[in-house]
Amino acid sequence: MTGRDTILAAVRANQPKPTPAIPTIPLFERASARSLIEDFGEALVSMGGKFVPNLNGKPLDALLKSLFPDAAAVCSATPEIAGTRIIDSSTEPAALADVDVGIVRAAFGVAETGSVWLSEEELTTNALAYLAQHLLVLLDPKQIVGNLHHAYGDPRFKTARYAVLVTGPSATADIEGVLVHGAQGVRSLTVAIVPLPEVSR
Amino acid sequence: MRPINHAEASSHFIEAKEHLEFHDRRLWDLRLKRDRQAHGIPEWEELRNLASIIKEHTLSHLADYLEQFETQAKRNGAYVHWARDASEHNEIVYGVLSARSAKTLVKSKSMLTEECDMRPYLETRGIKIIETDLGERIQQLDGEPPSPIVVPAVHKLRGDVSEVFARTIEAQPGNNDPHYLAEVMRRNTRPYFLSAEAGMTGANFAIAETGSFVVCTNEGNADLSANVPKLHIACIGIEKIIPKLEHLAVFIRMLSRSALGSPITQYTSHFRAPRTGTELHIVLVDNGRSQRLGMKDFWYSLKCIRCGACMNTCPVYRRSGGLSYGATYSGPIGIIIDPAFDIRKYSNLPYASTLNGSCTNVCPVKINIHEQIYKWRQIMVERNQLPLVKKEAIRIIGKVMSEPQLYRAAISATGLAIEHLPRFAIYNWLNPWGKQREVPEVPKQSFRSWYLENRTRQ
Repeated sequence: MTGRDTILAAVRANQPKPTPAIPTIPLFERASARSLIEDFGEALVSMGGKFVPNLNGKPLDALLKSLFPDAAAVCSATPEIAGTRIIDSSTEPAALADVDVGIVRAAFGVAETGSVWLSEEELTTNALAYLAQHLLVLLDPKQIVGNLHHAYGDPRFKTARYAVLVTGPSATADIEGVLVHGAQGVRSLTVAIVPLPEVSR
Repeated sequence: MRPINHAEASSHFIEAKEHLEFHDRRLWDLRLKRDRQAHGIPEWEELRNLASIIKEHTLSHLADYLEQFETQAKRNGAYVHWARDASEHNEIVYGVLSARSAKTLVKSKSMLTEECDMRPYLETRGIKIIETDLGERIQQLDGEPPSPIVVPAVHKLRGDVSEVFARTIEAQPGNNDPHYLAEVMRRNTRPYFLSAEAGMTGANFAIAETGSFVVCTNEGNADLSANVPKLHIACIGIEKIIPKLEHLAVFIRMLSRSALGSPITQYTSHFRAPRTGTELHIVLVDNGRSQRLGMKDFWYSLKCIRCGACMNTCPVYRRSGGLSYGATYSGPIGIIIDPAFDIRKYSNLPYASTLNGSCTNVCPVKINIHEQIYKWRQIMVERNQLPLVKKEAIRIIGKVMSEPQLYRAAISATGLAIEHLPRFAIYNWLNPWGKQREVPEVPKQSFRSWYLENRTRQ
């Protein structure tokens, strides 16, 4: 017998007698009186992320300049803003090693946790979200769901090869519980609320 | 093999007072943070209930769900391997690496590969392994196994880490700043991410419906390990399966809240199919799990999602440290898992508990941990695995407790003895309880004599 068949046979022989079926999981609608954006921002900040709730009419370029005045290599995976580096489907992950700032538009956000949803579709090359020193994420205010139950109802989880809920920057507290950002991935994460341009809706 | 002596191992830990106090405080702080998160969610208890139902249902239909997972994963373009035990797991991983001439492996934390003792196996065959979780890397560089599940180097203070990094990765000696030390680690590891031929992750959950698996980290090291090299190997215990995506929501809402008291990990990563031009290999590992599934009282331990909440809350764990358990899995959950692997080696572990039940109360999947600890004690007695001192003490207590006259005589004699005997007669090797503690003061009067005096006349 192959390993596979041995394991499956042993599991079949030993598994306990069937327990009841799983009920439908409720969506547990949130009780918060505040807006989704407010909850999202608070959760994000509690996880170490920076939150820009409103551009106040400023162009994206100005936001980028004010957040990262010294950035030399900027790599944008969204056509809404140009970087200094091109990223396309042929970009090798390691080629992104010297990127200072990566920019990407999230598919959606989750208010409960302050997370943004990214996949290979948004990132072009997944490693952009990890090898860059800093990450700037654009989020449409209409694309925020209440909690993770709603998030996991999104059909894109079934088609994306890789999907990640990013919540704040890379972090560790492995040395004496002291919080350090930029353990292995990005040193900072900024989420800016920027409505999707009309044309691409 | 001699059984692990938890009490003796923890006495070394207790001697280092600063370490002990920090360890106790840090883990208790995690417990308090967990409470704040749990209390912030009105449906918390309902989620625990659902999590328990989902896990029990899945485990009682595990073979079908494993087959469904395999079918989906293959359809997604992943390779699926099955390993009966640790050595088969290690052989499979080495086979995949060597067939692709991979020499360096960047890996994120996996309790399963610890359980399989994979690192030495691959290293003797010429594979360089870089642990990329900071805590895990500290332990690797120091030649120690990880301490608890979630925070592997929690027993070390900043000075200890500084000493290890100065010795191994050219950190400035004497610089104890955690920010500096984390930065040294980052710079040391980055080149390996860029050049390694292979990356490895574990998995927190595997979803039968989609054939995908989920990894939760705070450092982003799993995402680097999986998204930079051209080969991704994921090692997954067969008990990690859950049926559907909608079930995942229940667990993700509770995992990090229970573990660290944060609403979610910084990165919750879902791997379904290989990136274009790369390979994804999934190794499904049994290593005793199918046997445990057949143990009437103990199969519930397979529900565990490895959050470590039971460790953070356990008074024995906080004051003895993860390494004193001498096993891959420590703390309350370790006590009920380890003896299933080796009953003689871990025969003392069920006694490393006060049976206060706190572990059971915080467990997000409602494992009856303290009841299982008690059941393991019974098994140790039945299988004659009790150390002599304990056996003799329990025999005498049993006799005294079953005969009221003897019991009463003993109680008054004990009172007299504690008051009048010299210290060496009370605090010696026959009374390990008195090692770090004072025997309580003897009350002037026993309850029985008080009762006889005050109540019998009414």
